[in-house]
Amino acid sequence: MIGINVYLALIAIATLLSMYRVFRGPTTVDRLVAVDIMTTITTGLMVLFALYYQRMIFLDVALVYAILAFGGVIAFARYMEGGL
Amino acid sequence: MSALTAIGEVLVLLGTFFYILSALGLIRMPDVYNRMQTATKSATLGSLGVIIGVGIWALGTDFGSAAWLTKTIVIAVFLLLTNPISAHALIRAAYKSGIPLWEGSVVDKYREHIDAKTTETETPEETPEEGGEE
Repeated sequence: MIGINVYLALIAIATLLSMYRVFRGPTTVDRLVAVDIMTTITTGLMVLFALYYQRMIFLDVALVYAILAFGGVIAFARYMEGGL
Repeated sequence: MSALTAIGEVLVLLGTFFYILSALGLIRMPDVYNRMQTATKSATLGSLGVIIGVGIWALGTDFGSAAWLTKTIVIAVFLLLTNPISAHALIRAAYKSGIPLWEGSVVDKYREHIDAKTTETETPEETPEEGGEE
């Protein structure tokens, strides 16, 4: 129908739009929220790249990336709360 | 083009639409609480659409197998479980570090909860009345 290149371009545009909040955000938590959304969108982008290159190993990369991003966001949230 | 390919492509298109909506909400919303609320919900839904859509789309191609759908379902369930946890931790950190609400906000249930807990612990003379009713 539309083609996988268009979907890759649209997801990349969404990532760049949320990068605006990383640079602009007034507080640190604003930047952290934007980075959290960017990692979620990037996981979907990696899964779509697995279909683009026809390699199933990229799905494992996406899963490990999601786990590491979750751990990083939890660690930063604990640091902001003052518990780390 | 088989039916599985068409279904997967429609799901990927819906997920992409929700990704762009979440990025727009991240830009347009007034404070950090509203931004987190819009962006997390629509990004999680977009991720489910894109990831499950890729799994179904790969079943319709010549290189795809059932392992694609299994792995994508594992990634989607993991994101569905961990995105609300990270959002909860971030917003709790934002509230504890003293970021004020937007001036148009009318409801602050967490502040009422904290005030109720502090008045309950600081005034222990109200507890004998409750004990008398028992």
